[in-house]
Amino acid sequence: MAAAVSIVDVVKHFGSLQALAGVSLAIEEGEFFGLLGPNGAGKTTLISCLAGLIRPDSGTLKVLGHDVINDFREARRLLGVVPQELVFDPFFNVRETLQIQSGYFGIRKNDDWIDEILHNLDLTSKANVNMRRLSGGMKRRVLVAQALVHKPPVIVLDEPTAGVDVELRQGLWQFVRRLNGEGHTIILTTHYLEEAEALCGRIALMKQGRVVALDTTANLMAAHPGGTLEDVFVRAMHQ
Amino acid sequence: MIGFWTLLYKELLRFWKVAFQTVGAPVLTALLYLMIFGHVLDEHVQVHGVRYTSFLVPGLVMMQVLQNAFANSSSSLIQAKITGSIVFVLLPPIPYSAFFAAYVLAALARGLMVGIGVLLATVWFAEITVVAPFWVLAFALLGGAMFAALGMIAGIWSEKFDQLAAFQNFLIMPLTMLSGVFYSIHSLPALWQGVSHYNPVFYMIDGFRYGFFGVSDVAPEISLGVVFGCFAAVSLLTLNLLKRGWKLRA
Repeated sequence: MAAAVSIVDVVKHFGSLQALAGVSLAIEEGEFFGLLGPNGAGKTTLISCLAGLIRPDSGTLKVLGHDVINDFREARRLLGVVPQELVFDPFFNVRETLQIQSGYFGIRKNDDWIDEILHNLDLTSKANVNMRRLSGGMKRRVLVAQALVHKPPVIVLDEPTAGVDVELRQGLWQFVRRLNGEGHTIILTTHYLEEAEALCGRIALMKQGRVVALDTTANLMAAHPGGTLEDVFVRAMHQ
Repeated sequence: MIGFWTLLYKELLRFWKVAFQTVGAPVLTALLYLMIFGHVLDEHVQVHGVRYTSFLVPGLVMMQVLQNAFANSSSSLIQAKITGSIVFVLLPPIPYSAFFAAYVLAALARGLMVGIGVLLATVWFAEITVVAPFWVLAFALLGGAMFAALGMIAGIWSEKFDQLAAFQNFLIMPLTMLSGVFYSIHSLPALWQGVSHYNPVFYMIDGFRYGFFGVSDVAPEISLGVVFGCFAAVSLLTLNLLKRGWKLRA
């Protein structure tokens, strides 16, 4: 059976900067996987390569066995990405945004699932509100909803709780846990290490475009008895 | 195909939601051109045997079709790039050919809508006849589609609004204003007549105008051939850029 995500020796340069220096990872179906590292470690570049937003210089990336370049249509259909930047299209309201995003993925009648997502992300009352009128936290919820409209088996959350209040975080994690329980593979990047510790079964730590540690959360923590994931993180970054 | 139809629908909705600005304003601009130039020149100038205002209207219609088709695709892309919302169309599995077709058709729709608006607004001020509707339609569709594709190139290439403005002000505006919208090139000195023949917009305006009066500076078949050639070249270039993800996918 193909891995949910397979990344083999991916290299990416931006001019003279080496953003990814031969990253290899395999994430199994149904995992809740954490991708952690300081700013500039290459997490978002790696996710962008997986999503087809950036073309790697070399190496291969596959989503459920489908190459993101040679078989990009199937790979993209299987992937849902919540981008890190708070972006939105100011011309549309929340429901229109989600209907349009469904259509992009080839789904015409999707209102039942859209209603369910809106309910789970506490957006039902905002369904007919223009995107411009939403608060930052609400826009973040819509970004999550957009990534889920096509029920992707692999979901990438790139710092989904940055600048988000506690209530939304709890609601979001409850919903994402449920999706993970239903078999969706979740890949999470976050700077909130306590979230990663609580949610992720396995974690990769990245530094300067390389994976410097990769293990189950339990094994990483076991190396620091009585410590936190933050202790593990700090040590890995200073080695 | 649902991806294509959705992107087309979204692009149509995008300009329709601000129709006052995207359709109404260009119609008003064209009307002002007609009133000013018509007032000054109508009594004194005849071109191809027709009064100046009648001569001017088809040129204004076509100019607005072209400029608005260009403005639609270019502004949509640059806005999406600058705000970052371009990811919403880059993440889904939409083939680049569908991407191209949706942007071009939506931009063409806006161009035609403005063109029809200009015609309806100006028809009260000039005597307008259409002797060959096929040519009117053929040049409006092909010319509008070419400028829509050109707008895609400008939108993809530009990284800032002022780069797009430069493209618009230093290329599109001179090409359209110096194409014979306001005059017949036979009124120009020989040198500038020759130069005008290197401007593809001249053939669009001249051929479009032929559909109204049955008279043109160049045979409409030749003009249509030139316009089709330009459309094909610009389309192939745009498709190639989209396939490579140039300036869209790093």
